[in-house]
Amino acid sequence: MPAVSMTVNGKPVSGEVEARTLLVQFLRENLRLTGTHVGCDTSQCGACVIHLDGIAAKSCTLLALQCEGAHVTTIEGLAEPGGPLHPMQEAFRENHGLQCGYCTPGMIMAALDIVRRKGNDLDEHTIREQLDGNICRCTGYHNIVKAIAAGAKAMGKGGARQAAE
Amino acid sequence: MSATGIGAAVRRKEDFRFVTGNGQYTDDVVRPGETRAVFVRSPHAHAKIKSIDVSAAKTMPGVLAVLTGSELANDKIGNLICGWMIHSKDGSPMKMAPHPALAAGTVNHVGDAVAVVIGETLAAARDAAEKVEVDYQLLPAVTDPAKAKSGPQIHEVAPKNTIYEWSLGDAKAVDAAFAAAKHVTKLDIVNNRLVPNAIEPRAALAEYDAGTDQLTLWNTTQNPHVSRLVIAAFVGMAPEHKLRVIAPDVGGGFGSKIFIYPEEVVCLWASRKVRRPVKWVAERAESFVTDAHGRDHVTHAELALDEHGKILALRAKTIANLGAYMSTFSSSVPTYLYGTLLSGQYDIPQIYCEVDAVYTNTVPVDAYRGAGRPEATFVVERLVEVASRQMGLEPAEIRKRNFIKTFPHQTPVIMAYDAGDYHASLKKALEIADVKGFGKRKREAARHGKLRGLGFSTYIEACGIAPSQAVGSLGAGVGLWESAEVRVNPTGSVEVLTGCHAHGQGHETTFAQLVSERLGIPFENVSIVHGDTDKVQFGMGTYGSRSGAVGMSAIVKALDKIEAKAKKVAAFMMEAAEGDIEFKDGKFTVAGTDKSAAWGDVALNAYIAHKFTGAELEPGLKETSFYDPTNFTFPAGCHICEVEVDADTGKTEVVNWTAVDDFGTVINPMIVEGQVHGGIAQGVGQALLEGAVYDKDGQLLTGSLMDYTMPRAHDLPSFHVGMTETKSPSNPLGIKGCGEAGAIAAPAAVINAITDAIGTENLAMPATANAVWAALQSAKPRQAA
Repeated sequence: MPAVSMTVNGKPVSGEVEARTLLVQFLRENLRLTGTHVGCDTSQCGACVIHLDGIAAKSCTLLALQCEGAHVTTIEGLAEPGGPLHPMQEAFRENHGLQCGYCTPGMIMAALDIVRRKGNDLDEHTIREQLDGNICRCTGYHNIVKAIAAGAKAMGKGGARQAAE
Repeated sequence: MSATGIGAAVRRKEDFRFVTGNGQYTDDVVRPGETRAVFVRSPHAHAKIKSIDVSAAKTMPGVLAVLTGSELANDKIGNLICGWMIHSKDGSPMKMAPHPALAAGTVNHVGDAVAVVIGETLAAARDAAEKVEVDYQLLPAVTDPAKAKSGPQIHEVAPKNTIYEWSLGDAKAVDAAFAAAKHVTKLDIVNNRLVPNAIEPRAALAEYDAGTDQLTLWNTTQNPHVSRLVIAAFVGMAPEHKLRVIAPDVGGGFGSKIFIYPEEVVCLWASRKVRRPVKWVAERAESFVTDAHGRDHVTHAELALDEHGKILALRAKTIANLGAYMSTFSSSVPTYLYGTLLSGQYDIPQIYCEVDAVYTNTVPVDAYRGAGRPEATFVVERLVEVASRQMGLEPAEIRKRNFIKTFPHQTPVIMAYDAGDYHASLKKALEIADVKGFGKRKREAARHGKLRGLGFSTYIEACGIAPSQAVGSLGAGVGLWESAEVRVNPTGSVEVLTGCHAHGQGHETTFAQLVSERLGIPFENVSIVHGDTDKVQFGMGTYGSRSGAVGMSAIVKALDKIEAKAKKVAAFMMEAAEGDIEFKDGKFTVAGTDKSAAWGDVALNAYIAHKFTGAELEPGLKETSFYDPTNFTFPAGCHICEVEVDADTGKTEVVNWTAVDDFGTVINPMIVEGQVHGGIAQGVGQALLEGAVYDKDGQLLTGSLMDYTMPRAHDLPSFHVGMTETKSPSNPLGIKGCGEAGAIAAPAAVINAITDAIGTENLAMPATANAVWAALQSAKPRQAA
């Protein structure tokens, strides 16, 4: 089987995978980083969003082998174990931006990419339009929108490091 | 109110693990030696299985087994069942057809499983599944419920594909009321078929321990004990005490994870055969053709009124599509969860309802958020709104004239409403929605070529499911009480084991709030345990907005016992009479003295038992309660939807949403509002976007998230949520339940708003841009004011 190496959450990792292995499978099964979820298989729901070289990407739509040498950040890489939460994670918790939690890692990773592209002062319309690639069935998005606006603002205050490398 | 007690918007205990990616869902559990199951499914809606050739698949690399329906039958694995008996109006029992976990003789819907491949890896199992050759003889199919009775017969036991012909109410009295009516409003309604689409796909992981003959199932289920009971007692997989069902974190349910499905049965069976753990995880396309769908009613409904707009009677005739097999609770949804709610919030003297449930060659249909109550609310609220328009009454006015004003109120369709104030929620909603300013907004919109409309929905639901004796008399195969065990540890911290199951509802937080308030101990010192039949005493699970009203009531009852026992311990500690012990804010005191004992000291003394003998008092501090409610609860409220329709394209934008709900006591307003938001989104989804479409051959045309439109963030506005409160007298906390309200209220509010905007009632759900545009073209446009 072909080998693949990449940097995941700041650590070099490598493994042997079948050529058809998706990045999300490599993360979940080889590395046991199960915070990244699969919800749809067709790139519609966004539960699998990670950052690939600093840009949001759907890890169900990438082959692991395509990511040779890349820097990947998953939900597990946002906060140091035992350390404070990333402001966007904290904002989701503070604003009840999640219920069952399944879409949440993808939502948070997508939210950080919205901040990267659109800045820290986000209005409701922008957030709703930019969340087009992520589906939540629980919250009706009301509190997710609030959480992203609050998280973006908190990141702007420089209270913590930015997520996107 | 304490910072973490009842009524406080406490941040959730659950969230740390979810926002850090540490949730533990079924697919995150990995067992040593785990194998993967891939199902071979029918591509045809109705066909005879002539032969299945598994020889090529069996020789593929990494394949452990390829199993078929005939082997399942040889191993005497029983059928899946529907657990609620409905009798037809002629007294005959419902026609429940056999539902094997793997089809043997015929397949009855696209997605029906015919074989399973167990592979070392998912890829190996997938490759082999493609090598299974099934020779089908195609049979004609029927998918439209309105055509089911004249369609090809699907099951031998059910002539004309009819499962039951049920009725409720007094037909003659209703006919007489209609004969005397000054005005009659008639509607033909299709309640569109929905696909639940919890974002976590269903999954099952089964492990057989040959040493103990024990089976363990990790499963995406809302009710692990009921799952175990059915798989043990009806499927006959293993005795109940040899089967453990664990429901870890579950990523949304909305009803679809209540039911016992073929896949968990097959994984359990296969794990015993291959002596390895077997995991199956649905792909989304598989979810679409195997998760029980929701709704799918065809209804003709009529409302009789006098000259003042007072409702005299209502009648409805509904055909309910139950799909190819009867799912676990399918029979109850279009009957006792539907017909019994047709009185809405109104004092209606006479109601008559007929429901014909039919088989079709489609995915089974069962409870989906609201389950029967959204269908009933849609019928009632559309009838009332259309009647108000026909009679020239304001929509709020016709409702006020018909609201039930005194409680308890016995409806003609079984339910006895115990408490409510429908005027209060309507009044508050009118204010929040600024209904007075609507005319101005409508004129302003018209200047931009947009049609504005306002739609009301004053809904009611029956929750707190349910008094066991009552549901037993209506055909339920189970009791619907709930259990709780409260374990106080020697250091004073507390674990509560509940038979409810949380899959987004936040029980770990709200249940802990109750314990914190009641025992006066820190919120952090309380843990909620659920979702494991080996840990938790028997319980009925979570659905029907029951966990607050029934599950928390069980916790209250167990806490009552804990307090009583702790007072005995405190009496020995402080050498006082038990009757003189008072307990408040986590402290035991002796009346009329300055003696006191802290909660933690009493807990410790209960376990060290140094202050009393075993003859005087049993050591320990752990109590269990099984709470059976005395009635359903009746959450109710008023939702007002304001829309803007683009007259050129038919595209509808929801521009304003007001929800005022009466849920009785609210434990955590943040969580309750979140439940309302999510429910509204699902209701707006049904009204505007979602609809499962079958072609005439039984192919599901909306079989993926690329074809089936889920509500996304930009499809919805932010919501204005308000509350009124009348406490339920039917449980100790006064809780009514909040989980389904939004999904029940919303569809009628949306369609009432759009039809108000476009000036025609001829509009079916989902009201897509195309549908609204077509309705606009077919009607004479109403002059914008």
